[in-house]
Amino acid sequence: MVGSDTNKLKPRPIVRLGILLISHCFFVSVVCLTAGVLALLLLPVLAKNTYISENALMPGSSNNMLSSQDVSEANKLVKDLTSLELRSRDSGIESQRLIAQYMSDLGAEVTYHKFYPQLHQFHPLQFFSGPDSGIIGKNNSCSSLGVNTVGIIRAPRGDGKEAIVLVTPYNPTKTGMGEALSLGIAYSVFSLLSRVTWLAKDIIWLVADSQYGEYSAVADWLREYYNPVFGNVNTGDTCKERNILYEPGQKPYADRKLYEGFKRAGTMAAALVIKVTTESDYFEDSLNIYAEASNGQMPNLDLINIVNYLAVHKQGLRVRVKKMLSLLNSSWLNTLGVIFEYLGQIARSLNPQWKFGIPATEYVEGIATLASSLYYQGLGVPTGPHGAFREYQIDAITLEISPKVSLTKMARHNEFLLRGGRLIEGVIRSVNNLLEKFHQSFFLYLLTSPSKFVSVGVYMISFALLVAPLPIVAASLHSNANNSDYNFTKEKSSSRATSGSKDDVKHRSWNWLNSAKKVLIFHLWGAVVSLLPYFVCQMPNFTPTTSFLVWALLSGFSLLILYLILGSQFSETAAFQPRDKEWTSLKSVTISASFIGLCLMSVINFATAEIGALLIVPMCLIARPLKLDIEAKSRRTFAKAACNLILGFVGFPPVTYVLFKGAFEGFHGINIGEFWNWVESLWAWNSATYLFIGMVHLPCWALCIHILFHPC
Amino acid sequence: MDVPPKSSFILFLLFWFPIISSLIAVRSDFGEEEFSEDLLLKPLPDRKVLAHFHFQSRAPLSDSFGRHHHLFPKAISQLVQKFNVKAMELSFTQGRWNYERWGGFDPISSSNAKPPGVELWAVFNVPPSQVDTYWKNLTHSLSGLFCASINFLESSTFYSAPEIAFPPASGNLRYGTLPREAVCTENLTPWLKLLPCRDKAGLSSLMNRPSIYRSFYHSQRLRLTLSNSAADELNSGIVLEQTLTVLLQPQIVGAGMNYGSEKKLQPSWSLSSIFGRKVNGRCVLATSSSVFLQIDGDLFTQLENLQKNTAIYAADDIGAEELTSNHGFELSIKPDRVHKEVEKGSSILYEYEIKEYTDTEQFDLSLTWKHPVVWSSPLPPLHASRFLMGSGNERGAMAISLKQTEPTGGFVCANCVEERCELQVNVLQIVPWYIKVYYHTLQLFVNEQRQAVTDFVEKMRVSPSEDKVSPGLMELVLKFPCDLKSAVLSVEFDKGFLHIDEYPPDANQGFDIPSAIISFPNFHAGLQFPDNSSLSKSPMFSKLQEKSHVLSYTEVLLVPLTTPDFSMPYNVITITCTVFALYFGSLLNVLRRRVEEEKKRLIDEANKKGLLRRVLTKLTAKFRRRSSEDPQPPSASSSSIMSPRLILKVLIVAGIAVVWQYYSR
Repeated sequence: MVGSDTNKLKPRPIVRLGILLISHCFFVSVVCLTAGVLALLLLPVLAKNTYISENALMPGSSNNMLSSQDVSEANKLVKDLTSLELRSRDSGIESQRLIAQYMSDLGAEVTYHKFYPQLHQFHPLQFFSGPDSGIIGKNNSCSSLGVNTVGIIRAPRGDGKEAIVLVTPYNPTKTGMGEALSLGIAYSVFSLLSRVTWLAKDIIWLVADSQYGEYSAVADWLREYYNPVFGNVNTGDTCKERNILYEPGQKPYADRKLYEGFKRAGTMAAALVIKVTTESDYFEDSLNIYAEASNGQMPNLDLINIVNYLAVHKQGLRVRVKKMLSLLNSSWLNTLGVIFEYLGQIARSLNPQWKFGIPATEYVEGIATLASSLYYQGLGVPTGPHGAFREYQIDAITLEISPKVSLTKMARHNEFLLRGGRLIEGVIRSVNNLLEKFHQSFFLYLLTSPSKFVSVGVYMISFALLVAPLPIVAASLHSNANNSDYNFTKEKSSSRATSGSKDDVKHRSWNWLNSAKKVLIFHLWGAVVSLLPYFVCQMPNFTPTTSFLVWALLSGFSLLILYLILGSQFSETAAFQPRDKEWTSLKSVTISASFIGLCLMSVINFATAEIGALLIVPMCLIARPLKLDIEAKSRRTFAKAACNLILGFVGFPPVTYVLFKGAFEGFHGINIGEFWNWVESLWAWNSATYLFIGMVHLPCWALCIHILFHPC
Repeated sequence: MDVPPKSSFILFLLFWFPIISSLIAVRSDFGEEEFSEDLLLKPLPDRKVLAHFHFQSRAPLSDSFGRHHHLFPKAISQLVQKFNVKAMELSFTQGRWNYERWGGFDPISSSNAKPPGVELWAVFNVPPSQVDTYWKNLTHSLSGLFCASINFLESSTFYSAPEIAFPPASGNLRYGTLPREAVCTENLTPWLKLLPCRDKAGLSSLMNRPSIYRSFYHSQRLRLTLSNSAADELNSGIVLEQTLTVLLQPQIVGAGMNYGSEKKLQPSWSLSSIFGRKVNGRCVLATSSSVFLQIDGDLFTQLENLQKNTAIYAADDIGAEELTSNHGFELSIKPDRVHKEVEKGSSILYEYEIKEYTDTEQFDLSLTWKHPVVWSSPLPPLHASRFLMGSGNERGAMAISLKQTEPTGGFVCANCVEERCELQVNVLQIVPWYIKVYYHTLQLFVNEQRQAVTDFVEKMRVSPSEDKVSPGLMELVLKFPCDLKSAVLSVEFDKGFLHIDEYPPDANQGFDIPSAIISFPNFHAGLQFPDNSSLSKSPMFSKLQEKSHVLSYTEVLLVPLTTPDFSMPYNVITITCTVFALYFGSLLNVLRRRVEEEKKRLIDEANKKGLLRRVLTKLTAKFRRRSSEDPQPPSASSSSIMSPRLILKVLIVAGIAVVWQYYSR
């Protein structure tokens, strides 16, 4: 590097690199954006096969002990439950008592947990407070009393420090065949576990009363387990106690004088939610795995791995995870898959060790799974009762088993129960082997198939590439604005006396503050908008559509008020700045703000940030006053303007929602009220996505629109 | 070279004399040192059988034998002498005692139900300043003696000195537990070595390892007491009690599980079916050797009811004869003695004395149920449970809940102070230092209402934990009214951080909080038999009659703490070093740099170097011209020449790298 010495006043190389990037910001941003999207599309190709990371788990290394006797007993329970259902209408209490009877006959400790299901409500101040015992709804009516039945098997020689939880949602008032069978599976495993000697952790079987929702029953039980409230239990006192469950003479053999309060069994190691669905469109028994908890939190990958391993290799079940089914038939994905396959073949012909490329069909399936994985993680709403466990850092998944034929055929019950029971037994045995809690494998991952995953190190790349242009473009815009300012003021000052030059320099370096103020006001407006639904939903008798309209009206109104209150100041201060260059500085600050917002969101919920980046980044980068484009009157500028308009239209959250929904489910029957419902579900589940939409996405969109219609 | 017969006789005498004389000594002083063995069997409501072995050795304290003992284990007596131990108890336990099903208000449960792992306490007969040193030495000795990691109790973070809430409380007491200690046969063998007959003869021969370690709960305990009352010469001395409590499940004959039916026959069992062995005879060194069978009070009343219901039986007199041939069950061997507790509805003890048996006729007691019976064990006054609250790695709370066990409510006034009926509860809670308990957050809820702690606490002793030095200790003496329904004590804590080398193996499992001890000083667990039945000389019999506090241990808790990623120290070091290097590099750069001077210096250097460079460029140009015959402008600016060359160089290096990569495969 002799040559560098001669150029004497060259800055340091890192600064030079920065200057280079900034000066070629258009090229850089185009390259980065395409690379980011391409990296996202490449993820199914880059996905690795899952493997059991924790050696202690040793799935499938022991023979199944579940015998046909356990299964026939379980079948008896299923028959009893269904016959009870047929016999009497008001079988709610009866069936629960029956389950409790069965449990205690196995020697388990049985308790009932009574709860008043909570309605999900929007609490603006308790957004991130997590599981809190303080938020007990006031308007619980006594009629909506739920009763969970809990059976606990104490490990014979265990120290009782840890427990494994089995959950079977069960609606006592309306028992379906599927629920009865899921109880049967759990019961067969439970009866086996009550006899085995190898248990090291206690087993809790929670029959969650799902008549007011599966999630709330499990969440209530967990709250009582981990955050009980002592004293001042007003809900229990005001309602007439329904003590039907504790009729004298009904207690089983040894438990006549037992303590009947809430029972606990140590720290939970893992939880499995078992469900049986009646319909299956496949030709074999299949297993659906649901893993997403609130805010994109996932259970440890090892848990999914064990289930997948045991289901595929031991029980011969077909394992599935959720897919975006509409993506499966899309032709462009298919073409892409074919291209990747071709590229992979070329790579393999060059070097047989480059294992790149997968078959096109597999690729399309991978993309569909990945999209659903991203969507459900990004949504931040748990996909089942297992989500309640994640709030307490417990790894949990929902296993939905569906038989290949209709459940009404009794002949196949035993075989089905045996299969399901053996799967659960294997998983429990594996988790039971675990000395430490799950920590060995990944927590941040996306699934592209039940046996393939993309870890955080890989999927981060696409997000980083998407986001990378933002600071570069912001810097280049800022420096451009400054330079042009400088030229502008130079001209001005040359015409005037030299006295004002110092002041001008000062203004020049600080005039981005005005734009910052503007951006801040828009973000403040975003915060106000995201608080508004709290007041809107206080109003009674609003249909979703009217609620949405009221919300939109109020939002617009609040923007107007904010503009009137705070906006009047900066219109004066902006006089220092030339109007035509104001928008560049505004755009630069907008881009920085969205960059910060996206980066923050990627820490909280990566999938949301990824989807958000796909929407926001192009919109922010391309935003440019329409007036300029129209004045220029060339084909290129018209295309630019059209692009701007389309992106601005698509970027508006309700429109985005409607478009996505239409793309995946078809447009018929869509009304704007559905967006309200969707948003309502987001805040009810304390999803951070809601905050992201309200406080990052919406202000960014509004600012972009503001730039589009900037009078320059 | 043969030895004359006379001298050989003398040699023989010389050789055998000490042994013979010692034998004579045993004969003459047998009353001084004694050993006894007992076994208590008890059917439990949940189809299990409790077997409680009790071995007691006693030795006088006097130095009449010098340092030798005949029956008493020498290792223990040396321990007592060397460490001035006044009383000591060591227990190894696996499994949890189920106070609800196996009883919480009888002598067995209150003195033999122990927390999982190892528990050790000792009282020393030394000045208070030396207690800690003696304790540390004792832990090491015991560790060697019992093949267990008791030596971890040496560290001051593991033991503490309770004063008011622990029953044998005294100033020189030290108490420590190791909840994670695994207990197995390696701990049982040294324990058996202390017995004079080991497990070769007597009741201990029943201890078939597979059947013992298949049990639902087993706890081996060793308790030393030093009684040196000057008045009673006979009782002074060292008393060593060794007990083994196991809970066994008899094999269910014909495993037909008929569900839904309440009337289920209890499984019948015999010694050979639950242990896999029979008793061949007594240990010849034992002064007494007996087997007891205890029938719970509640079971007895249930059986009586059963008899009344079946009208066939004419209940005229209740005598020993009637008790043995009970209607509900049948015993294979007729007991030698039957003891019945004096109170109504109280338990019965059947006593068997073990004699010498032949190979054909061995002692194999069996119990056959004839009718299904349902009964419950005596429950502790309050059901105690402890649990963790909260989530996350930052803070949490711990609660001890006490619930009334009798559903009717109200206690039998055990210790009525004037007209006010009070229930005293002592709580001892030891918390390791990394659980930072805020004692001011102690809250008490009585009958679901929050109450001031001071209203119910009679005495309280708290010694807060000191980081890496000592655990936190909380002792409470609570007095509740007798109509107490439930009480909850809760206290909040912060989870601390450990240094990386302080983490134990398998740190991701979490950290244990040892069991709290809940004792009820007003209640005494002890069977009361009429005086005439005290014919039995068995120490177990007197032990059962002894009035001991009712005591229960709570669960061990597992607190997940933040743990570093142990598998990635290299990554952490690399990242930290990089960040530091960048930070300090740029900082130094900023501090050191003087822009103006640098500029000047650069200009000077350029001027100075100008000549050299010019020569250099000329040389290179010449060289190039000569080599490639390619006319090039000699005075081109060096930077424009250098950049394509640089690119060329980079390309060559990259090409070499690619080729090398390709061929190295």
